[in-house]
Amino acid sequence: MSNLNIARGRVEMVHGSGGRAMSDLIQQLFAGAFDNQWLAQGNDQARFDLPPGQVVMATDSHVVSPLFFPGGDIGSLSVHGTINDVVMSGARPCFLSAGFILEEGFPLADLKRIVDSMAAASKEAGVPIVTGDTKVVERGKGDGVFINTTGVGVVPEGLVLSGDQARPGDAILVSGHIGDHGVCILSLRESLGFESEIQSDSQSLHTLVSAMVAEVPDIRCLRDPTRGGLANTLNELAHQSAVGMQLFEKDIPVRAQVRAACEFLGLDPLYVANEGKLIAICPQSEAERLLAVMRAHPQGQDAAIIGRVVEDEHRFVQMETAFGGNRMVDWLNGEQLPRIC
Amino acid sequence: MKYVDEFRDGDKARAIASQICQEAQPGKTYNLMEFCGGHTHAIFRYGIPDLLPDNVNLIHGPGCPVCVLPIGRLDMAVDLARRPEVILCTYGDMLRVPGSGRVSLMKVRAEGTDVRMLYSPADALTLARENPDKQVVFFAIGFETTTPPTAVVVEQAAKLGLKNFSVFSNHVLTPAAMHAILNTPEAGSGELKVDGFIGPAHVSTVIGSDPYQVFPERYGKPVVIAGFEPLDVLQAILMLIRQLNDGRCQVENEFTRAVTSSGNLKARALVDKVFELRKSFEWRGLGAIPESALQLRPEYADYDAEKRFALEQKEGRENKACECPSILRGVKNPRDCPLFGDPCTPDNPLGSCMVSSEGACAAYYSYGRYKENRIAVEEVQP
Repeated sequence: MSNLNIARGRVEMVHGSGGRAMSDLIQQLFAGAFDNQWLAQGNDQARFDLPPGQVVMATDSHVVSPLFFPGGDIGSLSVHGTINDVVMSGARPCFLSAGFILEEGFPLADLKRIVDSMAAASKEAGVPIVTGDTKVVERGKGDGVFINTTGVGVVPEGLVLSGDQARPGDAILVSGHIGDHGVCILSLRESLGFESEIQSDSQSLHTLVSAMVAEVPDIRCLRDPTRGGLANTLNELAHQSAVGMQLFEKDIPVRAQVRAACEFLGLDPLYVANEGKLIAICPQSEAERLLAVMRAHPQGQDAAIIGRVVEDEHRFVQMETAFGGNRMVDWLNGEQLPRIC
Repeated sequence: MKYVDEFRDGDKARAIASQICQEAQPGKTYNLMEFCGGHTHAIFRYGIPDLLPDNVNLIHGPGCPVCVLPIGRLDMAVDLARRPEVILCTYGDMLRVPGSGRVSLMKVRAEGTDVRMLYSPADALTLARENPDKQVVFFAIGFETTTPPTAVVVEQAAKLGLKNFSVFSNHVLTPAAMHAILNTPEAGSGELKVDGFIGPAHVSTVIGSDPYQVFPERYGKPVVIAGFEPLDVLQAILMLIRQLNDGRCQVENEFTRAVTSSGNLKARALVDKVFELRKSFEWRGLGAIPESALQLRPEYADYDAEKRFALEQKEGRENKACECPSILRGVKNPRDCPLFGDPCTPDNPLGSCMVSSEGACAAYYSYGRYKENRIAVEEVQP
């Protein structure tokens, strides 16, 4: 084994070749950081037991640019993103896999920062990364690093959360301020050149979700409004459940800085990505109780009831504007911002 | 948010709306054209039609730069983008507009050409400096608001002596388009019913309120210049109704916090230094309008993409069923178009008015589709 020069070294094609150099990279960069008994099995697959219950699985590829941003980086984001996809079923997240596509020439120091951040996010969430893969592509064929993560989790007995279960009369809740992640990333893009103090909201929501489903098992569905933001996610749910939705703009939490940045750039915060927020739909009778549970949790302090599910054969999402009119909140059109996550 | 929330206040909106309801006389119809797409957007985004009585009709004007650009000019940009040495850059909305054969700049980019989206023309200049072996062309579109920034970069490029930067100018002029609208055959026959104009916000910050004096004087149409915030729009509607009720006909300025009678003299001087009037320019929907657009002055010919690449004017192929032209002339409503909603949508636009958020079709589709019948009744010409 030869020691990697992590401070000055760069990713080379040989690091993906399957030979000794790849083994060095894995041993010195990944294995130590992710260290757990399943990874230590040293096989091409991880073997594990799961607690009883239905198993859920989700995968997510991360291509965010820039790789590092206030509040996180591509590493922590790749852990949070997949854990959140798993837990929106009400599941307890159990294991993660990680696949890396590295670009030749990428600094090993940056890779180490990313891997360490992934490891920290995984440890904090208590969800180990138990298997992985590394490939290297020629310089110019990638953009530093892309990360795919897959997660498995187990749904507690009796919980059936699904996007097709919203019913007219249900309440729509959001766990906090919307648009933080998208505006944070936007502010870093070189062509925009504006400064903001907004941090990405990237975080794993599993403890918030477990508190919510423990107290209100009748929640119809949960979803994290990532790309396309609140607007797109609500349209997805309306479509899946064959219902309409009525929102109230005055109740939707948006930070002043995010509103200002959106104003400046001609964006609508309803369409801006989040990486640490969730939407919950529950029976109206449970709404206040659910809101109280959410607000009692640090990740849901700013939670709010933002609307209700209505009957509508067109499956439209509408919003009463703070101004007093009513308008549609349509699906996202075109591409608002590429490579946000 | 300071200086914004004040102009979106729901209580004030209800107060102005109830004033409008009181003052709009039941026997009378008020057909008001908002010239600017920015107003169209605000009207729908904030749900203003909900607040107006049935006899106040808003007619959407041609003030959407993406919408009025004829397909031929877009085809010229597509040809430019396909030249291997060119990096073509432009504003985001422009990328999705379908040209002849439904080829958009987005599609051309997918072919492997270098097409970039910009927020500011200054970024085009930076690109040119960073890519000395490439020809960077800024595909410039817009009314008087976006012209000064283009003038700035042309001047800077000249100062820097850049040899690889040029501008494909499609800058157009608001008053010329207002004249054209009032001189269409439909205006003559009475098919176009416009009793007054909600005048542009940002354009007027540059050109001032004086250039609108001719519209009350020559055409008997009052103009109220209004900001882009929803309260501005409501207030302007009330001011127009009052003028029409009183039999007054003048230019009034609701947007006094930003618009003066002579506008931004510095910006105007810079534009005048860099640009000159074209004899004539083709507009989508309005046809060729004399002295309605700007080209670079001969002193700046080195930075004129039309000259540098010896571009020839192209005739675009319009989709024959698309009603964008009549919609831009204010004589048809987006709902009158047989393509509206199926198959023409913002994700699959067949006409330019469905692309830009300032386009009437996109505003109808994105904000107003849920009450199909209601909008049609409210806004179709009586």
